[in-house]
Amino acid sequence: MRNIFLFIRRYFNLILFFSLQAFSIYLIVSNSEYHHAVFGEFSNRITGKVNTKYNNVIQYFYLKQTNDSLVNANESLYNKLKANYILPDSVSKQVIDSIRIDSILQYRKYNYLSARVVSNSVTNQSNYIVIARGKSANLREGMGVVDINNSVVGIITEVYDNYSVVMSLLHKDSHISGKLLKSGETGTLVWDGKEPNMITLNNISKSAKISKGDSIITSGFSTTFPKGLMIGKVDAIFTELSNNYYKVKFRTATNFHNLQYVYILDNADQQIVNGILNKLNNQH
Amino acid sequence: MSSFLKNIFRFIFFILIQVYVLDKIRLHQMITPYIYFAFILWLPFKINRALLMLIGFILGFTLDSFRHNPGFHSAACLLIAYIRPFLINLMIPQQGIETNYEEPSFKSMGGMVPYMIYAGILMLFHNAWLFFLEAWQFGDTWYFFIKTIGSTAVSLLLLFITELLFSRKQKFRTNTM
Repeated sequence: MRNIFLFIRRYFNLILFFSLQAFSIYLIVSNSEYHHAVFGEFSNRITGKVNTKYNNVIQYFYLKQTNDSLVNANESLYNKLKANYILPDSVSKQVIDSIRIDSILQYRKYNYLSARVVSNSVTNQSNYIVIARGKSANLREGMGVVDINNSVVGIITEVYDNYSVVMSLLHKDSHISGKLLKSGETGTLVWDGKEPNMITLNNISKSAKISKGDSIITSGFSTTFPKGLMIGKVDAIFTELSNNYYKVKFRTATNFHNLQYVYILDNADQQIVNGILNKLNNQH
Repeated sequence: MSSFLKNIFRFIFFILIQVYVLDKIRLHQMITPYIYFAFILWLPFKINRALLMLIGFILGFTLDSFRHNPGFHSAACLLIAYIRPFLINLMIPQQGIETNYEEPSFKSMGGMVPYMIYAGILMLFHNAWLFFLEAWQFGDTWYFFIKTIGSTAVSLLLLFITELLFSRKQKFRTNTM
């Protein structure tokens, strides 16, 4: 017993070094779950406050860019107005129906909620965005986030009282499915961790016709994003010799360098659909 | 100002500079300029080794909290905090210098060259361990090497400029009082 104490005293520094190092690597591998549970609430309150102070100053420098993109967003919305379209006379015929049939009524599935970005990074291997909305605005984990021009930014991974953390597309663990607008092929988006604003789309079969400049949109297969949101435009196409798939590099529609405001997509059906999926997974 | 108070100010200053100035600079995708670990380089000679490691860990952990990536900088800072005493023992020109001066600087390490070697080796260890931990999933060796060398070079230049701009006055102290 005495020898053990002597050993610990002698190699105390080495033991401390290895145990702290092991703790750090555990934090990395467990991917922030433990961090979230133990230190998250406390450290997030402090970093969130400091970030907000900083952002209050810095947002003035981006007012012009924010304004420009809002004008663009408005333009595309005005172009979708019903009043802009005219039906040919022979078709338009006024019909007054006294019966309302509920099954064909449209109802709202996605709701947009604006939020301010307080912290943002693009230089790391795993980039996160912090937004100033949280539990108090009824945010949940797994909600989708888009920028002001309605192109994909990422998915909410952590929710605190007044702040939430968004895993951006520029994250090594981010796997959103994307679809080629023209040919309809779907694949998975993966970031290689090198260049911001350049993402790879994997698993596109070689039978698909792709050309540079094609649009990539969300597939609508998940409950996070509706179908057809812009993700990016094809920049380069690589043929892989070992398998039957293309590797498509594309430029994101979102400019991750100067995000100031984002919209959060609240899917009314998300909890119901995910509940069903969980129940099915548990049965098998 | 007491050493303790001075180091608390330094801690806050370096974290704020790193998070709000250097992390916002995008020199190149390969290069991340780092200066915050100068806090560990500048800690006094006479510091308990266990305490030094704990301080290093806390420094890294604070930066990680701002970046929402737990573990990476804590591990790297812990490593250089562990290596620092060995390196100082190797580098100091003669016995007893750590009683004459308070903390590592150009003057106390015996010139610019030994100090920059001391800083350079610690930076290389910090960056190599950090980028190794970040890059093990990607497995691109060349990318890792170039990123480490490039970031170390830029950080070293930054540290050199910082040393020239904010010269820390070091009093020569003797124990013949």
